Formats: sequence, C-alpha cells, structure tokens
Amino acid sequence: MRKIMADREIDFMGVRHFAGIGSIVLVLVSLVSLAINGLQFGLDFTSGTSVRLSYSEPVVLDQVNSSLQANGYEDAVVVSFGSDREIRIMLSVDDSILESDQAAHAVAVGETIAELLQRDSSSEVTLLGSDFVSAKVGAELAEEGGLGMLVALGIIMVYIALRFQFKFSVGAVVALAHDIIITLGIFSLFKMEFNLNTLAAILAIIGYSLNDTIVVSDRIRENFRRLRRGSPEEMVNISLNQTLGRTLITSLTTLLVLVSILFIGGESTRGFAIALIIGVVVGTYSSIYIASNIILLMKVTKDDLMIPVKEGSELDAIP
Amino acid sequence: MLNRYPAWKNILILLVVILGLLYSVPNLYPDDEAIQITGTNLDLNQSDLAVVTTALEAAQIDFFGVEFEETSIMVRFNSVEEQLRAKTAIEDALGDGYIIALNLAPTTPSWLQAIGAGKMNLGLDLQGGVHFLMEVDMDAAIERRMEDNLSNVRTILREQRIRTRGLNLIDNTHLEIRFADTDDRSQARAELVDDFPELQFQNREEEGVFILDLRMTPETILQIQRDTLQANRTTIANRVDALGVAEPTVQQQGADRIVVELPGVQDPAQAIQFLQRIATLEFHLEAALGASSLSYETYINPDGVPINVDNDVILQGDRISNVRSTLDQNGLPQVQINLDAQGGNQINRVTRDNVGRNMDILLSETKSRTNTVINEAGEQVDETEFYEEKRLISHATIRTALPRTFVITGLSSTEANELSRLISSGSLAAPMTIVEQSVIGPSMGAENLEQGIRGVQVAAALVILFMLFYYRLFGLAANIALIMNILLIFAVMSSIIPATLTLPGIVGIVLTVGMAVDANVLIFTRIREELNDGAPPQRAIDSGYDRAFTTILDANLTTFLVAVVLFTIGSGPVKGFAVTLMIGIVTSMFTAIVGTRALINLIYGGRKVDTLSIGGTLQPKPAES
Repeated sequence: MRKIMADREIDFMGVRHFAGIGSIVLVLVSLVSLAINGLQFGLDFTSGTSVRLSYSEPVVLDQVNSSLQANGYEDAVVVSFGSDREIRIMLSVDDSILESDQAAHAVAVGETIAELLQRDSSSEVTLLGSDFVSAKVGAELAEEGGLGMLVALGIIMVYIALRFQFKFSVGAVVALAHDIIITLGIFSLFKMEFNLNTLAAILAIIGYSLNDTIVVSDRIRENFRRLRRGSPEEMVNISLNQTLGRTLITSLTTLLVLVSILFIGGESTRGFAIALIIGVVVGTYSSIYIASNIILLMKVTKDDLMIPVKEGSELDAIP
Repeated sequence: MLNRYPAWKNILILLVVILGLLYSVPNLYPDDEAIQITGTNLDLNQSDLAVVTTALEAAQIDFFGVEFEETSIMVRFNSVEEQLRAKTAIEDALGDGYIIALNLAPTTPSWLQAIGAGKMNLGLDLQGGVHFLMEVDMDAAIERRMEDNLSNVRTILREQRIRTRGLNLIDNTHLEIRFADTDDRSQARAELVDDFPELQFQNREEEGVFILDLRMTPETILQIQRDTLQANRTTIANRVDALGVAEPTVQQQGADRIVVELPGVQDPAQAIQFLQRIATLEFHLEAALGASSLSYETYINPDGVPINVDNDVILQGDRISNVRSTLDQNGLPQVQINLDAQGGNQINRVTRDNVGRNMDILLSETKSRTNTVINEAGEQVDETEFYEEKRLISHATIRTALPRTFVITGLSSTEANELSRLISSGSLAAPMTIVEQSVIGPSMGAENLEQGIRGVQVAAALVILFMLFYYRLFGLAANIALIMNILLIFAVMSSIIPATLTLPGIVGIVLTVGMAVDANVLIFTRIREELNDGAPPQRAIDSGYDRAFTTILDANLTTFLVAVVLFTIGSGPVKGFAVTLMIGIVTSMFTAIVGTRALINLIYGGRKVDTLSIGGTLQPKPAES
C-alpha cells in the first residue's frame, strides 16, 4: 500500500492555487456569515434562566411551546435535552429583578413552569433543576479564550521562527487562523449553539491543527536540507506525500474517538465533539494546503533552512 | 545494531509502570458512606464515642470501621439511607456543640494510603450537587475602607486642632480636605502623612482654597481586594463547614469571585438563603436583674455559666469592618474590633448609658439536619433542613463608652484567637451576590460519569483495534503504551497533582487517547519508509525512532506551549482542559517513545531479524539486506 503511494505521487502542489482560492472563499463565507448571522450564543454568554424537566412519556416540543406561549413566556426557547423525555427551557433574563435575587428567582420560575406544564400534560412532569446562568462568566471566558488564542499564536510564531524559520511561522499561524475562522463560520452558518464547551473545543483545535502543521513542516525542513535537487515546489510535494499516511491515520484515530464521544458521551459533550470533528477535518486539510502554500508563496529557499555552523566548534578525537 | 536498552533503562520503565499502577489503583475502591463528628470548640472523648455507638445500636443501624481521634470520630455505613438515618440519630443523641457531617470514607488499603495514593476527586458535574458562583462587591469594600480613612482623618485633625473648610469623599478612592491657608494645609499634611502610608498626598489650589488630595494607591486597592476576597472566602468556608455537607469546595476564582460547591445538596433555595445571610453576629446587653422573662433568653457562656441575654440587638455583625486578636501593651491577649462609622455611633450611644453592664456577643450559625417525612405518595423520604443555632461567644463588662475601635480583654491567647475567628466567621468583609447557580441532580451526575467512562472505553477499544490491524505487533506495543498512558494520567491526576475530574476533563482524556497514538504513528510510518528504502530491519527500527523523535518533540512542545498559555490565562473549564492536555502530553511522550521502544527492543532486540510485523510494507528479502 505504501509502495503504491510512493510510485504514484499525488501532485498536491499542482492544485495549490485552486486550494488557495477555495480556502479564501471558505474563509470569506465564514466571515460574512459571522458578520450577518453572528454566533448562536448559549446561555453561558447571554444570561438567563434554564429549566430542565423530565417527562414520563415522550414530549411533543410544540405542545410545550404553545402552553408556555399561552402563559406569558413568549420568549421561551424549548429544546430536547439528551432524550425525547427530557427538555430544557431557556428564558431570557428578567431585568426587573435585582441581580442578587436572580438565583432565587430561577428556582421559583422552575417550580411555576413545572406546575403549569403538568396541568397541560397527561404524562408526569418532574423538575430536574432550574439554573440562573450569568453571562458575566461566559463573557469573561470568551475574552480569556480570545486573549489566550492571540497570546498562543504569538508564542507559537516565535517558537517556530526559532526552531524553523520565520516563513514557517507565518504558514503555521495562517493555517491556525484559517481553521478557527472556518469552524466558527460553520457554527454560524448552521446556527449551532456556541457555548463554553464549544469554546474549549476551539482551543483544542489550536493544539491539534498545530501538531499536524508542525509534522509537515518538519518533513519539509528535512527534505530541503537532505535532497540536492528539485524545486521548492517539488520538495514540498515530496514531503506532503511522505507524511500523508501519518496525517490520515492520526486524523482517523482522532475522528474515531470524537465520533464515539458524539454518540456515547451524552448531551453535555455533543457540542464539543461536533466542533472538534469540524476542526480536525479542516485542520487536516489546512496542514496539507495552507501552511505549505504560504511557505511557497513566501519563496522559501534552501538557505533559509541550513543549520548555521557554530563558531568555534571543534572536532576532536576521543582520547 | 542490537536495539537493546541497558538494564537501568528497563528497570526505570518498569518502576514508572509499577508506580503508575499503584497510584491509579485506589480509583477502583468505592468509598464507604460515613459520618464524621467533630466538636465545635472542644476535643472529643471516649464518652462521646459511647454515646454515638449506643445511639446507633438503639436505632438498629449497621455500622462499622469506627475511627476515633482526639478531634474527630468517623463511622461507616453500608448505604446512603443508613447514613442519613444515622445522622439524625447521632444529632439527637449528642445535642449541640458538635458538627455532624455526611462524608465519604476511602476504602483504599492502608498501605496504599501510606504511600500517598488517593482517589481522584469527582467534579460536581459527575456526582451531583449545588454549584454557586459568588461575586464580592469590591467597590463596597474599598468604599468602606475609604470611609474609615475619612473619619480617622477627621478625628486626627480635630485632636490636633487644625481648622479645615471641609472634608469630602470625591469617589471610592479619593478624598479631599479643604483649607483656608497653606499653613494649615502643611501642618495637616505633616500630621497625617505618617498615619496613612496607603494614601498618596497631593497639594492643589482651586479658587483661593487650598486643597489636600488623598488618593489610594493602586497597590493598596489591589491589596484590599486580595484581603477582602481572602476574608470572605474564609467566612464562607467556615459557614459551609458548619453546615455538615460532605466534601464541600470553597475556592477563589479570579480577582473577585468565590466558587462554592456542595455535593449532595439538592435544594438550592435553602442553600442560597443560608449562604447569603450576611449578619450572623449580634451584640446584645445582658438582661437587667429582675427583667421580665419574656425580654431575654438564657444562653450558657463558654465557662458553663447561664447568662440571660436581652432580646434587643444593639449591633449587627455586618457593621464590623475588621477583627483581629492582638496583644495589649502588657503583652496580654485581646481581641480588637473595628466598626464602620454607623456601627461606631450605634455602639457609642448604647454603651455610654450602660457602663458597668455586661455586653454579650451571639453567633448564630446555620446547620443542617435530616428529617424523615412521609411525602404525598406515602413514602418515607429524607429531607435536609437548615436551621439556625445561636450561641454565646463573648460575655464582657462595658468599662467605658465604646468608640469605633474597642478591645475585648481578659482572655487566654487561645480564647482570643478562637473569638476573633468566630467573629470574623460571622461577618463578611464585603457583600456578595450570587452570579451563577446550578443544580446537578445525583442521577444526572451518575449518568454523566457513566457516559464519560463508556466514551473512554469505546474510543480506546476502537483505536486499539485499528492500531492492531494496521501495525500488527508494533500496534500491540503502541496499544500497551496507550493503556499505560491512561493509567499514568489517572495516577498523576489522583495523587501527584490532586486534580478534580470533570466532564471536560474526561473529554480531555478521551482526546489524548486519540492523539497519543500520533507519536507511534509517526515512528511506525518512519520505520516502514526505512524498510521500503531497503534498510535492514534492526537499522530501520533504530533510525525510525531516531528520526521521528525531533518531529514528535517539536509538535508536542508547541502544543504544550499552547496548553501553558491556556492554563495561565484561562479559568474554569479552560484551565481544567489545559491541565489534562499538559499531563497527557508529558505521559504520552514517555509511553509512546520510551515505552514502545522498550517493548520493541524486548521483541526484536539483540537477535537477527528478517522481517518486522509492522503491516502494510513490502519488506525487502533477507538476501537484499
């Protein structure tokens, strides 16, 4: 299998311009969607009350919705939660109540809603819990996350510039930005809920995508140093072909894990799994096309990667 | 090319494996339900133990594993129901003066405990309970301090007979004094500057008025915030301890937040009521002789003497701005209490007319007890109920009209420390609000845990099958390393860095399962390449490991850097994720590189090998090598 691949080299870099245009389009679409639709922020970021209920029989969400509407909870959002017997009702924050009383208010609202839904339903309704979620924490975490991302990107640029070369650090950082923007874009486009778990996933994507990019860059560096002949484009192509097996297998094992979290891990980790699956797929693509594309665009040469000869180093026989 | 590890290296690996096993194995021992009894202000003795065991026998509750120490008694039970029944029985038997807490006792063998091996803490999302995030009102804390400064400045200026044209609080951190001429101002400045090292002094003139600006330095503000948060945390921690909930968490978060987690508590309304109660300290006068028995209540003072305390509250605990135990000029212990401006006026007014009478301080604490009640369905259910308990913590004679700052003397140094601890536990340094609250039911916690564990199992099984299929014998080595890696992560998280396992943490572990094999994939594809390039098997192994190493190091180091950044900047779930990621990177580097190499060396090292069981390669014929 490996042999066949080696014989029939895939000309990744031959289509690099198309890939580049494709990526630019995807990034633009993501940015436009983020600008127009924004993100569907979860309660973590918007403040509000969340009421969790369980029914003894499967619930019809529309019925729940209409009984809530009829009782003055017009802005309530009802979603099923984990199974068809459990629901979560999200209410926006009631501004007439003092912040210090919101928590106690949430408890009372939960009980009221449970009672009113019980009246309208033939199955037994149990209140699982009602929480007051403040956006303060979410906003701070988002800020921390955003700041963390920027600092992380900066440190990565410096590290790669030291270990490899400046052009590689530009490549890696552009690839990272590409992955994050597209993942956010997909969340925005399909109006999926963006909550704290998703934020954690985005941070994990940084780690994963970086890992991939470094492995490819490492091989490019090695081939530039080792191979005598060949244009930069050919050398990048050889490197990509050599690392392709590894790239695909690692993505596959990671995806295996993520898919099992998606189906088994339950409701609370679902958003995390979805975000990471998108990130891994985009990250795999970007490590092949984006980072190397940037390196070639910046006209990487053999001289960029030669190991500098240390001054004053000497060779001596061991006595 | 012998591919053999020196003996010391193999021994080292074996040692790490054994340590990893030892320190992760306690997680397999389920905890016993237990009750822990401690005295609120006295040591326990054998008769307390006898009371407890007799009460349990009388209530026909099975118990075992009784542990008795000077400060606590621990009793274990077979089920939660028995544990709850036992709590009520013990409470009834012992009466006041004890803290009876539901607890979980480890069943880890004592030799494992002796080497420091423990269980991983489960986060609230995995075991159920109430979670609160409380925010401390820092502005109020700073304002309170500045008001203190204002009135102190006023007192000093009055004492020194320096005339002013007014003192104003401009904002929380800025105070101005107006003077008619510069002489008064410089005199005032000279008098004040040494007494207020935390303030910056600055002269200013405005329309013929000479002004002295006093501003709080940013360092002071930071220090006040730190002290306030610390003080509030201690107060909350003391109250939560008195509540008798198993393994509560009270932690500082960020600059102005406190996280309170009460595992097992299911009624947030009551918990909120309890946590938000600010004034739990009351100052009363002793009832006058011959007063109507309706106007007082009788408390027992620490010396065992009954005292009649008047019902009127002369001062609430929230007027206290600072309490410490200090020594007076003769080196005798005393407790110094500072009140805020309003509290100072209040106490002065009352004590002025009551010199010679006794003043009593009552501490009211909220505690919990479990009652068995019959619900609508006619079933017996246990309900946790919070109730208030008041006790007398100080009984002292008023010698003079008390100013804002006064001392309680005539105490031993232990008594002084205890009293100041009790007073500070009854007053918050600054008001707090609950900004986030959530309840996770015990069944939901168990479900999260179960799903999480199942996720890890299925993910690991899939990866293991794939690696075995794709890399054969080498895949087996990688799989053993993977299992070792999970064990090591557990060992590190439960014993070395005591971390709390939460749902994002489990996800982090699951993710490292996927990514940990990456190092092995890198090495094995390198070995396959070498074989395809015609290298003999032994050399292919060696250079495969060798050449993949820099790649793995670079990739892991950069990811580690990201984790460090996330850890430093983030909090909560972000931090938790970063910790798992860092631990995972370190352990996986060890198991995937050193661990698999040792296994491969054991399998292939030191002998002539013609082919490698690494799957998917066209291996060169032996003749070619």
